[in-house]
Amino acid sequence: MKKDKQIQNTYYKTIAKKMLITIIMVSITPMIVASLIIFDRFKNSYHGKVGAHLDELVQKHKQNIDTFLKERSGNIKFLAKTASYEELKDEVFLQKSLLGLQQAYNNVFVDLGTINDKGVQLAYAGPFQLKDAQYSDAQWFKNAVKNQYYISDVFLGLRGLPHFIVTVKKNFNGEELILRATIDVMAFNSLVENLRIGKTGFAYIINRKGSFQTKASLDLNTEEKNYAELFKKVKEAKNGERLIEKKDEHSGKRLIYVVSSLKGGEWLMVYQQDYADAFSSIKIVRKIAHTIFGIGTFCIVFMAFFVSWRIVKRIACIDREKEMLNQQVIETGKLASVGELAAGIAHEINNPVAIMVEESGWMEDLLEEEDLQKTENLGEFKRSLKQIKTQGKRCKEITYKLLSFARKTDARIDEVHVNEIIDEVVSLSEQRAKYAKVFFNTKLGENLPLLSLSKSEMQQVLLNFFNNSLDAMEKTGGNIDITSSLHNNDVIIEIKDNGPGIPKANLVRIFDPFFTTKPVGKGTGLGLAICYGIIKKMGGDIKVRSSINVGTAFIINLPVSEQKEQKEEKIDLLPDQLNGRV
Amino acid sequence: MSENKSIHKEKIRLLIVDDEKGYVNVLYNRLNKRGFDVTKTFSGIEAIQELRKKDFDVAVLDLKMEDMDGIEVLKILKKMEPDLEVIMLTGHGSKEAAKEGINCGAFDYLTKPCDLEDLLTKIRDGYAKRTKT
Repeated sequence: MKKDKQIQNTYYKTIAKKMLITIIMVSITPMIVASLIIFDRFKNSYHGKVGAHLDELVQKHKQNIDTFLKERSGNIKFLAKTASYEELKDEVFLQKSLLGLQQAYNNVFVDLGTINDKGVQLAYAGPFQLKDAQYSDAQWFKNAVKNQYYISDVFLGLRGLPHFIVTVKKNFNGEELILRATIDVMAFNSLVENLRIGKTGFAYIINRKGSFQTKASLDLNTEEKNYAELFKKVKEAKNGERLIEKKDEHSGKRLIYVVSSLKGGEWLMVYQQDYADAFSSIKIVRKIAHTIFGIGTFCIVFMAFFVSWRIVKRIACIDREKEMLNQQVIETGKLASVGELAAGIAHEINNPVAIMVEESGWMEDLLEEEDLQKTENLGEFKRSLKQIKTQGKRCKEITYKLLSFARKTDARIDEVHVNEIIDEVVSLSEQRAKYAKVFFNTKLGENLPLLSLSKSEMQQVLLNFFNNSLDAMEKTGGNIDITSSLHNNDVIIEIKDNGPGIPKANLVRIFDPFFTTKPVGKGTGLGLAICYGIIKKMGGDIKVRSSINVGTAFIINLPVSEQKEQKEEKIDLLPDQLNGRV
Repeated sequence: MSENKSIHKEKIRLLIVDDEKGYVNVLYNRLNKRGFDVTKTFSGIEAIQELRKKDFDVAVLDLKMEDMDGIEVLKILKKMEPDLEVIMLTGHGSKEAAKEGINCGAFDYLTKPCDLEDLLTKIRDGYAKRTKT
């Protein structure tokens, strides 16, 4: 038994495990796939959006810077165009012009100077003492000589401060003069510096060599090589794609760059931001997704555990019920085969008994012929032969009772009289009752109508009640009173015993299947449930009354329907009609 | 008294069909003694053969026989001689088969073991019915 239980337990555990795995797999896999797809889509579209936004910003700033450079060089161009040769050489004129420019453009212009083609500053207006300064070796001067207009890169120069220069070359009858203006880098810086987004997003400008043209952020890696690469990348990149993703070699951080060329491709405006900062929303979304996924997974696993546990519990319960039903079926099968056997035997017995009865009759016939009137034992012969006949009839009664009971499973509906069935079942149970010292008292009502029901089912119901009463009173003995009566179109059968009674707690459950108070193996708990089912099927009802130490009474109500009454009339008519015809 | 009447009038020709030889023999003796013209047969086939040779008024037929089912024999006998009245005998508890016999044209049925007086009454009733029609 223990081993069986263990095997069963492992069996149920395997079922539960399989169910658990299946439920989890089936639920989680689509969740993972869906989340991945949604997240990927979101990431892509968010990337595009952020990129477009940054690009727009950078473009706007680039335009601002371009305009700034154009306007400043325009100022100088205008000055050069309007000034005469003398005026350009005149420091007072330059001073005046510088003051005018500074007033108009908020100190953007630091100083003004006129340089001849040898690189010597002929006139100077500004905060430094740079008159007669020699610029012939400066790179910007070499470029300024070559070009009509020129804007230099940012450099320290003679003054040791970062600045850049705008130059305009003018020809006075073969003598070339260069008007030069220094532009404050700080003012220029502000154009770029106000482009700050998030915690790490900022912009700067670099030249072709990769040196900074604006003040860079403090934590920025100043190795120029890195940035020179960006130029290459911009060239390689197609027009639309100005967003570049790169890993910073020093900090190992993922960075994004948005670049745009300035000053005809000489400078590059770079917007740089940490990837994580730029796409912080993605991080948040990922966090939310992870949380939802985690909670979802937990719920699924919990539900899977719960559901599989419940189902397995139910299966185990059903299995148990099935087993009990099987037991019942086996029991019923046993009863049926015993019944069949009894029927066969009864039939076989009837023939020899018939011969015996007839033979005794034949002897009676012959006795009449013989002259045995004087024989002393004639009376005794006759009594004996009669006795054979009587006992033969008794045999017949017994066998017929057996036969009628062998057809127990017969659910055919007949017109039956309940009193007959009660008598039959009582006589069947009497033997057992005798041993238990239980006595049957029947008080059957007269003129009860015939009922349309299965005789064998009704027998089964009554036998069940009698057996229950007998079981209850087996040790103590007692009485079983059976009454039948007609009440309001209902035939009422009451079976009352004076046994120990049924406790109140059990009273509501006695018709429940598998409810039994009998020891294990003695009762299946199906008897009363089946009885209840049978009576309900007949359209009737069973009620129970019980008090402890007083007894129990079962009251069966069987309705007499109008249809049945009509049928009865027809049946009554039938023999008369037949007689009439004969 | 009634027995004598029937004897004087006309001997009722009886055919007994049952595979229980002991039963047929004792029934033959008792009915013969009561003045019937009894023919005993121990199977359905024998009964059919007898009916070919001779006319009968009433047949007493067992429902359950080894070679042929009583109902089958009944059908054949009734086909051969529709006027023949058949009384079915059944050793089986179920009256269904006997009722089926009546549906197939049997006059009446009795359960084994039966009272001879009951049998005699049924035989006479059957004979009366036959002579009337």
